[in-house]
Amino acid sequence: WRVGIAVIAKENYPLYIRSVASQSELKFHYTVHTSLDVVEEKISAVGKSLGDQRELYLGLLYPTEDYKVYGYVTNSKVKFVIVVDSSNTSLRDNEIRSMFRKLHNSFTDVMCNPFHNPGDPIQSKAFDGIVSGMMVQTG
Amino acid sequence: MEQESGAASAGTFIPLNEREHGFYSGLHALCQADSSGTGTLSSCKVATLFKASQLPPETLHKVTEVCGAKRLGYFGVTQFYVALKLLAAAQSGLPIRLDSVTTNLPLPRFVGLQIEPELQYSTIPPGADVQGAPCGSGPGSSSWTPADRGGTFRPLETNTEKKEAWSPPRSPCASPPRSPVIYHSYPYNQQRNGLDAQTTYESKHSSRPTAQLEQHSSPSNYGTKPTMEHSAIAQASSVERLDQQAVVYHCNEDPWRITGEQLEYYTNQFKSLQPDLGALILGAVAKHFFTKSKLPIPELSHIWELSDVDRDGALTFSEFCTAFHLIVARKNGYPLPESLPVSLQPGLTQQEEHIPDTPEDQSIVELQSGSTTKTQDKTEESSQQDTASVRAGPAPETLTLRLPAFPQRPEPPQDLDTQWRTKTRPRSYSSTSIEDAMKKAEEPPTPPPRPQKTHSRASSLDLNKLFQQGAPGLKSGWLLHPPALPPRPSTSQVSQTQQIKVQQPNFADFTHFREEEESPEKPDEQRLCSRFGPSTEDLTNPYKQEAPAGSHSQAPQKPARRKYHPETPNPDAVPPAAVQFPPPNKLTQRLLSKQKREIQMAIRKNKETNAVLTRLNSELQQQLKVAHQERVTLESQLDLVRPLAST
Repeated sequence: WRVGIAVIAKENYPLYIRSVASQSELKFHYTVHTSLDVVEEKISAVGKSLGDQRELYLGLLYPTEDYKVYGYVTNSKVKFVIVVDSSNTSLRDNEIRSMFRKLHNSFTDVMCNPFHNPGDPIQSKAFDGIVSGMMVQTG
Repeated sequence: MEQESGAASAGTFIPLNEREHGFYSGLHALCQADSSGTGTLSSCKVATLFKASQLPPETLHKVTEVCGAKRLGYFGVTQFYVALKLLAAAQSGLPIRLDSVTTNLPLPRFVGLQIEPELQYSTIPPGADVQGAPCGSGPGSSSWTPADRGGTFRPLETNTEKKEAWSPPRSPCASPPRSPVIYHSYPYNQQRNGLDAQTTYESKHSSRPTAQLEQHSSPSNYGTKPTMEHSAIAQASSVERLDQQAVVYHCNEDPWRITGEQLEYYTNQFKSLQPDLGALILGAVAKHFFTKSKLPIPELSHIWELSDVDRDGALTFSEFCTAFHLIVARKNGYPLPESLPVSLQPGLTQQEEHIPDTPEDQSIVELQSGSTTKTQDKTEESSQQDTASVRAGPAPETLTLRLPAFPQRPEPPQDLDTQWRTKTRPRSYSSTSIEDAMKKAEEPPTPPPRPQKTHSRASSLDLNKLFQQGAPGLKSGWLLHPPALPPRPSTSQVSQTQQIKVQQPNFADFTHFREEEESPEKPDEQRLCSRFGPSTEDLTNPYKQEAPAGSHSQAPQKPARRKYHPETPNPDAVPPAAVQFPPPNKLTQRLLSKQKREIQMAIRKNKETNAVLTRLNSELQQQLKVAHQERVTLESQLDLVRPLAST
């Protein structure tokens, strides 16, 4: 099941990190941090592609012994990282894609809020709700 | 004593207005000892009721004494009513005498009584007089609902003199009187008073048309539906008089429902921001406006999330009303709901669903329970993001129940949902403004250094004058800068350099024009300028180097040069060599020395220009190299990625 979801800003600091309680937070944070390298590599490799959502989805960044990390980058270089348990083999690529799409949509909702300053940690309850829903889902 | 006459007929002696009558009868029913209808009330229940009023015991004793129950030994209807009136008076600070009974008083407040389920928001208010609750609430509440809802509180809904703020379950002692919350920034002055306002109520009896907001003691102590805010936002004329004015309790109504006055006020506010009622208020404008309410930013952020239902970053009229209403509620002390209350749904989908989280809403039984708005919101959100099939599910539900409360635009909710969906879905796939901004930001950095140098240089060379005096055709021709350069910044610069370049070949061709009358060096530039008109597309980097050189000498002698006509061949052939002047002209001997001087001056200037252009050239070459390298790497990466793209 979902181990955690993180949103990282363009400057590579976290805007939002949330993980299932069972997982040790520190390890999750560490995993997200290390995955940023892979994300950067993928971004630079793909080049300046424009807006094709397929290229926004970075796919499986790398599998480790316990979990798999998926990445997604927006056009404004905000990165979403989802870490899932390796034992959950039922999660298909499409599902991950749809999750990212949902995340992206909620993220844009947050950004549309004029009271939200870009660069601030995300404190939107709606966004929290979406993330919680996703973490519980496919549990 | 007067109790005798008081006992005569409750109705005549004690002036009760409709509301009080209803309330009192409700309380009376509450305290009924038995269902025999004898009219005597169980003293225990009465005692608990009195205790619930939270008056000191001696006051209660006095009340009992005055109303005659003590004498009678029991509470009859009359006594009970008198007692209630006296309690109200006591709570208002008036002395407990029968004279007080005659005045129009707010209803007495009782803590811990579950007076009406519809009025209460919490099942049993915390910290209340619990004794009263089990004692009287059971039978009382059931009897309340049918009887009193109709009688008592219908009148309240009208915006008449019902200023008393009664909230029986509210514990007066639980919260200190709130400092008046005044929207200074808002054009109207709503002052929310605390319990102290009670004392001022009697002075406000006559202020009839003014509906004001009173203030809640604390959000957690809502016993009834504090509907103050609905009534409060009054006409603009009453705005100034809002202070200390009692509130009209629309006890029967949802606090989240916007009354007509409020709506009118919101409309005016909307118009002040955006004259067209059908248009949108942009996010920044709304932010500025709502920030004036002095609510903390996270709360404003949450309010925005609740009210911007179509998630477009702007507020429609209904969204604006919703947001404004939420702000008003929040200022009044209502906790913000987790999801949009039913009655604040953008008018189109006024479902009678269960009111969400706020404690005061939970016991609104009259609103039919459907799916909670929370789930509705979630489904809305998810439907916005997922397929249409998900949406179709909740949509029929939302359509079934609709409250016609809002004079909103009559769009069916499904349309709105579709709008939301279509609005949100494309959003994620199209480039956002951030992306565009980023793209634009990426472009400028590269070119700027180059043009500036030569630009400044060129202006020092008085190229501007040159261009102004140059043939217009030439100038336009110059603007066709070489394609290798990024278009935006270098246009003018290139044109200048090109023009400068033009002049350079002048010198190479100088000898051809030597025979002409005009001064040898300078006129060539002019000629070249016109000559280059047709051939600008051939201009490349080399030209730039030469152009400034020639322009130096061009400037001082411009007027004289117009005679020359383009006759030299394509200046492409002109190498960017240093200027080499032929020996003094053969025109006339007398001009020789003068020309020499001019030539030397021109040489100097041209050398300077040449140096600048060489520098420019080297920079451009370097950029060209970098671009080539990038291209090569990109191509190689493309080859690498190509097999990956299929995965």
